[in-house]
Amino acid sequence: MATKTRSAITKPPLMPRAERWKRRGPLLPALVFTLLLTQIPFVFTLVFSTQRWLLLSGNDSEFRGVENYVAVVQDEVFWKSVGNTIVMTVGTTLACLVIGLLVAIFMNHSFPGRGIARTLAITPFFVMPVAVTLFWKSAMFDPSFGLFGFIARSLGLPPVSWLSEHPMAALIILLTWRFVPFAMLILVAGLQSAPQDQLEAAQMDGAGIWRRFTNVTLPHLRPFIELAALLLAMNLIQTFGEIAMLTAGGPAYGTTNITYYIYLKAFNAFDFGMASALGIVSLILTIALILPMLRLLSGIFRTEGRR
Amino acid sequence: MTTTASLNTRAVVTRNKTPQPRPRRTRGRATRITMGVLGWASSLILFFPVAYMVMKSFQTETVAASATPQFFFVPTFEHYVETFDQGIWPYALNSVIVTGVSTLIVIALALPAAWALSVRAIQNPQDSLFFFISTKMMPIAAGIIPIYVVATNLELLNTTQILIIMHLGMNLPLGIWMLRSFMQEIPLEIIEAAQVDGAGGWRIGWSVVLPLMRPGIASTALLCAVFSWNEYFFAANLTNSNSTLPLFLQKFLSFGELYTAQVAAVATIVSIPVVIAGWIAQKSLVRGLLFGAVK
Repeated sequence: MATKTRSAITKPPLMPRAERWKRRGPLLPALVFTLLLTQIPFVFTLVFSTQRWLLLSGNDSEFRGVENYVAVVQDEVFWKSVGNTIVMTVGTTLACLVIGLLVAIFMNHSFPGRGIARTLAITPFFVMPVAVTLFWKSAMFDPSFGLFGFIARSLGLPPVSWLSEHPMAALIILLTWRFVPFAMLILVAGLQSAPQDQLEAAQMDGAGIWRRFTNVTLPHLRPFIELAALLLAMNLIQTFGEIAMLTAGGPAYGTTNITYYIYLKAFNAFDFGMASALGIVSLILTIALILPMLRLLSGIFRTEGRR
Repeated sequence: MTTTASLNTRAVVTRNKTPQPRPRRTRGRATRITMGVLGWASSLILFFPVAYMVMKSFQTETVAASATPQFFFVPTFEHYVETFDQGIWPYALNSVIVTGVSTLIVIALALPAAWALSVRAIQNPQDSLFFFISTKMMPIAAGIIPIYVVATNLELLNTTQILIIMHLGMNLPLGIWMLRSFMQEIPLEIIEAAQVDGAGGWRIGWSVVLPLMRPGIASTALLCAVFSWNEYFFAANLTNSNSTLPLFLQKFLSFGELYTAQVAAVATIVSIPVVIAGWIAQKSLVRGLLFGAVK
């Protein structure tokens, strides 16, 4: 246990008060800033969510209790946006894990130019999302000018108007393309640390490639897959730019997720009260979705912290 | 040993070593060729849309809008010239300021914090570490309205300052986690030796730890810069006319009709700095993207 030794050197068992504050000192600016910037807004959101506050009406806000929450629960678009959020997050996460694992397996073998291949493969994660989304919109998804339309016509299939007929599928394709490199990087790290001795032993015992993969590699990869899933879901659940650029949440709220719906309520309808209630509900939903995975993450990080 | 523990220990072991030679006899020649082909194929498929975008940026709008993709054409630079005529400069300048300043402050705040969480550790550093990462899981949309109201009252709306503050909040947890994981790797013996020589906290930090941290600081800064440069949500909600590059791109939506080649040129220009930064930082990318949980 490395930390034990480290603690023995740098941390006496019972620190005097002054010493403890001296050690906390360097942490405080970052801690205080993060507390102010992330916790205070939630408290205010909670307060705003009980107000009737329409910016356009010109009236001051007034207390209305749970009125906004009732409106949220009765709002069909809200439920639609919850469904969209789940479909988009789960669909993209699964697609990224499957494709990312495949690519990671290829990339884990040594082949000429692997470094360059890997560098090219991670590029989609860096290009500016808003920029590439606009490009995909016209150059890939458009039925007459887009590449997908051309491929469909070449194959003798009717070109699909992705953004009007299958907007959610289009969004998932775009997001998957952006986030596969992310999944791949994590899974390559997992594959590189696969227990070689066990794999060899399994081979000695006559296990084929598939059996070695399912019985040795996959169990070893499990924490990496879980971690990748959690981090992907965390990022994807908050998707905003891609939706704004690709479909503007439409057609008929078909691609509006909770984040985008809050934006629409707050900055298009200027209904700050309802938007705040949406924010609180989305916070609760996010926690409910992420809590099981959070436990896992906390376990991983706590182990790491004690290293 | 639990699975979670094995995740870390194994990752640490293999990452620190040079890649182990793989047992040759386990892989036949045919497998290696197949994997090489598949590896390159998947890489090229993932990279293709980026390459296609760069290609289209050199086409005229007529060529770019043809129903059949044109791979042979006379390149034109007109869209690049036009981009600079369309007033990209103020946005680019804001992007440089917001990215540069917020990244600098992230490092300035995260370095001492990482120090307090690793070298001269406070009691229970895990609690603080967990708090920082938990802020990354909260939906940003749930806090945007109070931030908007406060920004309005402080007259910070539509300024680079508010974006700097928000990007700081966005990247600080990442910076702390990443820098701490780099600091954890500094051999204890070095710090110990400095202590034996009678060096105080400041002196150890400045002359021992900081020089060793340079590569770690560089890749942390690059990754924070990438996220800051690409950030759109705060830019869209807290600024309009005086904003960063993603909002310059947004203007192309209001044209009604999209100009593919023009968009491709702008997209290429704004992506070049981050793609280069990302390529440089890729070695420690996993550590950053996983908040330093895997090295």
